[in-house]
Amino acid sequence: MRDVAIISFAQTPMRRRVDELNEVEMLMPAVHGALAQVDMTIDDIGFTCSGSTDYLAGMAFSFVSTLDAVGPWPPIQESHVEMDGAWALYEAWVKLQLGEIDTALVYAYAKSSPGDLPMVLTRQLDPITMGPLWPDSVSIAALQARALLDTGRVTEGDLAEVAVRSRRDALANPNAQLAWDRGLDDHLAEDYLVAPLRRSDCPPITDGAAAIVWAAGDEARSKVDRPAWIRGIDHRIEPIHLGLRDLTVSESTRIAAEKAGVADGPVDVAEIHAPFTHQELILRQAMGLGGSTAINPSGGALCANPMMTAGLVRLGEVANRISAGTADRGVAHATSGPCLQQNLVCVLEGDN
Amino acid sequence: MAEIVLPPSIRDVEPVRSVRTPAQLDYEFTAGDATTRFLNGIVNKRIIGQQAPGGRVYVPPRGADPELGQPTPIDVEVAQVGTVTSFCVVNLQFYGSVMEIPYVSALILLDGADLSIMHLIQEIPADQVRIGMRVEAVWRDDADIEPTFESVRYFRPTGEPDDVNVRIPGEGHGTGLGSWVGGVAPTEAVIRNPRTGQGGTTEGGDA
Repeated sequence: MRDVAIISFAQTPMRRRVDELNEVEMLMPAVHGALAQVDMTIDDIGFTCSGSTDYLAGMAFSFVSTLDAVGPWPPIQESHVEMDGAWALYEAWVKLQLGEIDTALVYAYAKSSPGDLPMVLTRQLDPITMGPLWPDSVSIAALQARALLDTGRVTEGDLAEVAVRSRRDALANPNAQLAWDRGLDDHLAEDYLVAPLRRSDCPPITDGAAAIVWAAGDEARSKVDRPAWIRGIDHRIEPIHLGLRDLTVSESTRIAAEKAGVADGPVDVAEIHAPFTHQELILRQAMGLGGSTAINPSGGALCANPMMTAGLVRLGEVANRISAGTADRGVAHATSGPCLQQNLVCVLEGDN
Repeated sequence: MAEIVLPPSIRDVEPVRSVRTPAQLDYEFTAGDATTRFLNGIVNKRIIGQQAPGGRVYVPPRGADPELGQPTPIDVEVAQVGTVTSFCVVNLQFYGSVMEIPYVSALILLDGADLSIMHLIQEIPADQVRIGMRVEAVWRDDADIEPTFESVRYFRPTGEPDDVNVRIPGEGHGTGLGSWVGGVAPTEAVIRNPRTGQGGTTEGGDA
């Protein structure tokens, strides 16, 4: 495998509503920031790939106008995925592995605020039997949480611990949307939003953007002191019909983690894209993470959940910690679709 | 293909051959910074574009210069007079349209702008509209002006001589099938990079 690293990551402050900017205006600081940190421009980039979805923007080909943020002139090599930016990153990784390019720019963004997000997300369900019922995304997640609690493997207290820890850790994240220091009792005293989920078990609705710069081999070494090398990356998808899979485990994550080599060494830090508290428990188990691993020190998706972006942010958060020297080996995870339908796992490592 | 055996409980039920699942989602858009400034100008019957660091003026502005990939922070008022760079005579009534056919939808390059706007041409028979024709904005009555480009009802001929040298913005950019440079797809070999000034046999612009 060719040595490829994340050398730069930038994100906008995550907010409930970015009313005063359109998508490209919101995106520009992230793209320009990621490039400027490593003293690069679009002319130094071999391939650009983005993640976003028209369903949030409410218009067709919405990503075309946000491409203005990179200055795609003269014409550039470019692609887009209607998925989280983590999958755009994967597409760029494949091109880097093929040796076609030495550098890549990956970005993702979402303004979820114009629409009714829990309703918009029903459009990713199967359009014949489930979509027409318009089951909102929180209720779907609650079904999964209920199934997990019914196994007896976890309790509502376990869910509360995830929420409390995530919001407390988010206090140190300047881009966090939700951050506070409240105890387990405060959490458990909340009413259910959709039983068995309380409001604090759920992610916020977020507008925001993020960007990452990739580089291979010596190009990466020349740009930063400690590149975050990709040691393994894999993604898997499960059936769209919720009834066809066991919602209390994540088989696709387990396989992706195995292929990516998560268990091949100690994991100092893991950023897990778990929008709902119970999903972190499912994912930790699927990846075999625990013990000495710091889980979601950024606060995770519970502190900010920009659609199509929160997965890419997980990769950036791990890469930043490796480049800063606070971690040597880390795992980043991204998810997409209802109830953890699709999952990507990436192992990153710094040189010693 | 294996024969499908239905459970007895639904054997006599009429098979479902198709379903209709109508969907509607409502969105509340905000204009963003650049378009807000543009629409605030419209309320005052002024057409405000934004200038990129490279000098180009975009109307209506989206806030980013696609050539340089940079914000366009400078407001520039452009003229309410311009030149038709392309047009289409619409002879079909389509759903939702309140226009009487035939009517003319045109791309109009306002004086001082580097991007054509799309608007209607009226007060002239459809078959007399032509590329190069000079046109001016006709506004709604003052009481009906709102922050929408529809506050300009349409454009009409000024009576000035045609601008026979008018160039379509992006003509040299290779952004249309007919505008590839010498029949060659626009790449760095033929297009000058506006950031580095390197490459190219053409600026790829319209200067």
